Amino acid sequence: MMARAAFLIIAGLAVAAALGLVLRRNAIHGALFLVVNLGSIAALYLMLGAEFLAAAQIIVYAGAIMVLFVFAIMVLIPGKEETGPDPRRQWRLLAAPLGGALLLELIMLVVGRAAAPVPTAATAPGSVAAIGRLLFTDYLLPFELTSVLLLAAMVGVMLLARSRA
Amino acid sequence: MIPGSWYLALSAVLFTIGVVGVVIRRNPLVIFMSIELALNAANLALVAFGQRNGNPDGQALVFFVMAVAAAEVAVGLAIIVAIFRVRQRLSIDDLSAMRW
Repeated sequence: MMARAAFLIIAGLAVAAALGLVLRRNAIHGALFLVVNLGSIAALYLMLGAEFLAAAQIIVYAGAIMVLFVFAIMVLIPGKEETGPDPRRQWRLLAAPLGGALLLELIMLVVGRAAAPVPTAATAPGSVAAIGRLLFTDYLLPFELTSVLLLAAMVGVMLLARSRA
Repeated sequence: MIPGSWYLALSAVLFTIGVVGVVIRRNPLVIFMSIELALNAANLALVAFGQRNGNPDGQALVFFVMAVAAAEVAVGLAIIVAIFRVRQRLSIDDLSAMRW
């Protein structure tokens, strides 16, 4: 019962923050809403017993990625974009029925099919040790390839961000 | 014990909000953040499924998704900054030409 109440509170927070990101005009406010959303998803990971992912979510997403976003928003003149009337308003209003249809479809897929309960943190499998073992045995090659990917991304970003002089 | 469908329903709602955000916003940075939102919704579903079936493979997969997302964000923001340098405006409607 406690777990369900906690889930509902965290889920409400996540949905509210997501709506704040999409509906508020200010991009900085959107970024802060996204941090709240990522934090509440980290809390859900904790409830699922995925401690490693909860920590990684906070460090990588809420930390590194969002700092990058806030930097980019600051660099690109906040408040100057999305002002004035929307020239394609009627097309964007189509998003409401399309989003509703997508949500209906996904919910219909989900409800009733996956009713089996998910273990909460105390009884869940997959400790940090188990994931570490998995990453360095079964998933060793993808793990090493990830480092190559990150290196390539780093070099690519330097190339793109270099001034044209 | 929380029913697995709750996690999946929350994941569906967050994913939909992300998709709607991509469609209705004009600022490429906010569109990018909405994509991150949808990505996280998918991650949540992945972890919930993995824990329900009792194996840690789902969590390993989410770890890789996070690493790829980090690389994606770095490159994507660099591209947006590069476009802004050329255009001096930041609206997705301006980006209709493939080359100029």
